[in-house]
Amino acid sequence: MTELHHLTLAELNEGLRARRFSSVELTKHFLARIERLNPTLNALITVTTEQALAAAQRADELLASGEAGALAGLPLIHKDIFCTDGVLTTCGSRMLANFVAPYDATIVEKLSQSGVVMLGKANMDEFAMGSSNETSYYGPVKNPWDLKKVPGGSSGGSAAAVAARLAPVATATDTGGSIRQPAALTGLTGLKPTYGRVSRYGMIAFASSLDQAGTLTYTAKDAALVLRDMAGFDPRDSTSVDMPVPDYVAALDQPLQGLKIGLLKEFFEGGLEESTGKLIREALQVYERLGAQLIEVSLPNLPLSVPTYYVVAPAECSSNLSRFDGVRFGYRCENPKDLVDLYKRSRGEGFGAEVKRRIMTGTYVLSAGYYDAYYLRAQKVRRLITDDFARAFQQVDVLMGPTSPTPAFDIGAKVDDPITMYLNDIYTIGANLAGLPALSIPCGSVGGLPVGLQIIGPHFAEAKLLNVAHGYQNETLWHRDIPKGYE
Amino acid sequence: MMSWETVIGLEIHAQLATRSKIFSSAATAYGAAPNAQANLVDLGYPGVLPVLNREAVRMAVKFGLAIGAQISPRSIFARKNYFYPDLPKGYQISQYEKPVVEKGKMQILLEDGTIKVVGITRAHLEEDAGKSLHEDFHGASGIDLNRAGTPLLEIVSEPDMRSAKEAVAYLKKIHTLVRYLEICDGNMQEGSFRCDANVSVRPIGQEKFGTRCEIKNLNSFRYIEKAINYEVARQIEEIEAGRKIKQETRLFDPDKGETRSLRSKEEANDYRYFPDPDLLPVVIEQDFIESVRTTLPELPDQKAARYIEKFGLSAYDAGVLTASREMGDYYEGVLAALKSQNLEGNEKLAANWTMGELSAALNKDGVEVTESKIDAARLAGLLARIADETISGKIAKEVFESMWAEGKDADAIIEAKGLKQITDTGAIEKTIDEVMAANPKQLADYRSGKDKLFGFFVGQVMKVTGGKANPAQVNDLLKKKLAG
Repeated sequence: MTELHHLTLAELNEGLRARRFSSVELTKHFLARIERLNPTLNALITVTTEQALAAAQRADELLASGEAGALAGLPLIHKDIFCTDGVLTTCGSRMLANFVAPYDATIVEKLSQSGVVMLGKANMDEFAMGSSNETSYYGPVKNPWDLKKVPGGSSGGSAAAVAARLAPVATATDTGGSIRQPAALTGLTGLKPTYGRVSRYGMIAFASSLDQAGTLTYTAKDAALVLRDMAGFDPRDSTSVDMPVPDYVAALDQPLQGLKIGLLKEFFEGGLEESTGKLIREALQVYERLGAQLIEVSLPNLPLSVPTYYVVAPAECSSNLSRFDGVRFGYRCENPKDLVDLYKRSRGEGFGAEVKRRIMTGTYVLSAGYYDAYYLRAQKVRRLITDDFARAFQQVDVLMGPTSPTPAFDIGAKVDDPITMYLNDIYTIGANLAGLPALSIPCGSVGGLPVGLQIIGPHFAEAKLLNVAHGYQNETLWHRDIPKGYE
Repeated sequence: MMSWETVIGLEIHAQLATRSKIFSSAATAYGAAPNAQANLVDLGYPGVLPVLNREAVRMAVKFGLAIGAQISPRSIFARKNYFYPDLPKGYQISQYEKPVVEKGKMQILLEDGTIKVVGITRAHLEEDAGKSLHEDFHGASGIDLNRAGTPLLEIVSEPDMRSAKEAVAYLKKIHTLVRYLEICDGNMQEGSFRCDANVSVRPIGQEKFGTRCEIKNLNSFRYIEKAINYEVARQIEEIEAGRKIKQETRLFDPDKGETRSLRSKEEANDYRYFPDPDLLPVVIEQDFIESVRTTLPELPDQKAARYIEKFGLSAYDAGVLTASREMGDYYEGVLAALKSQNLEGNEKLAANWTMGELSAALNKDGVEVTESKIDAARLAGLLARIADETISGKIAKEVFESMWAEGKDADAIIEAKGLKQITDTGAIEKTIDEVMAANPKQLADYRSGKDKLFGFFVGQVMKVTGGKANPAQVNDLLKKKLAG
């Protein structure tokens, strides 16, 4: 028997509109699953039961009156990086463990207006810094495909929740791969839009020039549905771009005949595990059958993306996180003896190890005497990487490669080795540095663990990316796989 | 003993008169209850983002055009990182490598009448911090973030000034200019216009600058002059005693009239400037610059040049009358009223009265020229009676005082008090005859060669006429009569 949590977001949407079930039923169904399954997974920090039921009630009324928004009644989980008015917003940190946001992030507001029902807030790596969801103050999130494994990060809670069918969609953010890598490790479709496509207002900043909000869903079609209502210019975010939002859903079924796919030579070299590489090549064969043409392309500066990223992102984070000083909100140490003591202990006790590591790295690279050698040079390399991508897109429509070098790894395996942990993001960081849209879709599994195919497009080519991903999902069923125990 | 030369550069902070803050929509009005004008952006809440107020850019461009500077087609906001409780984000959004205004200049008039050009290195936009309040909190500190995010234009001069007086002259010129341009209210008590001074000394003839000290937060013209003079004397004393000047930031204590060390260069923050990734570069198109140019008023220097050329005023007088837009407006209001009575050619008379009696009365009552108890038309009414010789200059001062006190026209006071000048030759001659008859001894002495007694006779005639006799006529007629 098909249960509600087996349906995609698009199918749930149809069901709601056809009145086959109500939003209240749907919401109760997912809340019950959260209650039963979340204690093991630790995917959610906050569950907003009462608010969710009230929102579902309202959605049902609007659906009945025919005035409902495009996403009315659909349950959703927000990553706990987005400010939600009147609801705890922790960013996975002790620093904000007591922080009830006094306003809604723009995307929270937009999706509410479309009628979504927020079920709760997802666990995440502290301040989105991490690739395994082990840096959270609220403890690690478990991967529903294997509870000993990480779900990826930083949007690990969002990914685990959707993979475990606790909600059909979760919002997420991607600064160096934080949507795509967890999507790959949990068998989901994870979309990071173009930098500037979605407002950053109300999204707690990690690295402002790289951060971008997106979605974790089962299918590209679901992602298209949500992005349509999430994207768009926001006068409160100067870096958001004033461009019309296309109908991503309408563009899904374009034929892929003649599509030029660039294979990123650099992605198939070095640390890529053979079994993962094999699945990627099989996925490419599916595209060939659909009439696409494969062209090998080289981005010579791409191997520099990890060191570049680990200068730019910490530099911005060291400044962005200065506002957490124990003065106006968030964690404050007990009995500070003076101002310096207040700063040192509030920040020392409020932030975890990885956040401190990045603040120190960032402070260092911006310091007098080091700025030119690190920050300025990193910005120049960033420009070169961006130019590499631009040249590649003169030749091909999209670029493809693996999302992550390996499937999910064991919890605890890499926590003491930050460099190995950072190398997890080797395939995803390039798109962030260049501000490009990219997504990851499931394309098979190794030893019961999902593997993701990454598709990168030119700026503002979200419609093309979703179209390309949708074409693959019409031919395959990986996106329908549900981890054992969560059926 | 060695002689020393002083080198001064100023950093002026002018608060721009926008209605809302530079990166948020909160109001900028002064004097609201603490934190009543600080929204989530000003408070640096998690997730909020700055959005540039274009009005602040327009004002900066206006200033740049007025000092003949280059307007950067693309300027960048940068973050200046440091921790302080009244700096909510832990960084100040400012401009570092690419300011909006570069390479301007300002003329100042020196005491010896020569004109000096002071270079203006740059003017950049930035946000102000809040205020920490250390009183009334039982040992704790209070923070008021109303001022946080208020737009500032920081105007940085070249080290071109050579004395405290030059520094004050420059500061006054900038103060005048920003008010002419209506981009800053210039209120120094409220902190809308304040300055830091970089001061050093070097032996005369030496090219290399001495080690400088920065004196912080000088908020009156008087303090600036005192602080610089104190600092110069201190530095010379140190060097002459064989000690070295340490580069440091010093604070002026107005109660003691001295500067004291705040922090040394070693203790200074490393601000870790970098471009603010939340804000796009500010792109300024030529069309925009031209549209701002059309809003420029006649500038103080242009106005002063016109007064010198058209009205024959001295450079000093022209400088005083153009020191504020309102003063110039008043002066020209007097001239217009005189012209309407066909009394042209009295520009110097009008200048003397505006700068003399009127300014003295304004100062005495502590009011602005716009609140003057004698408006331009009324002053012109008084000057008209001097010009047509109805009253003498001396009597006019008496009339002026009554006008100020009673708020009446000059004519009404002259009439009521019978102050009309006596110009009737017969009447004056009659008085002279009387005075001569009453003082036979003095008359005899005068006629035997004591010329100095002439003044005595003038005084007697004026005394008898109550000062109303026309002085020139009295002189002429007395000379004839006394000669016999």
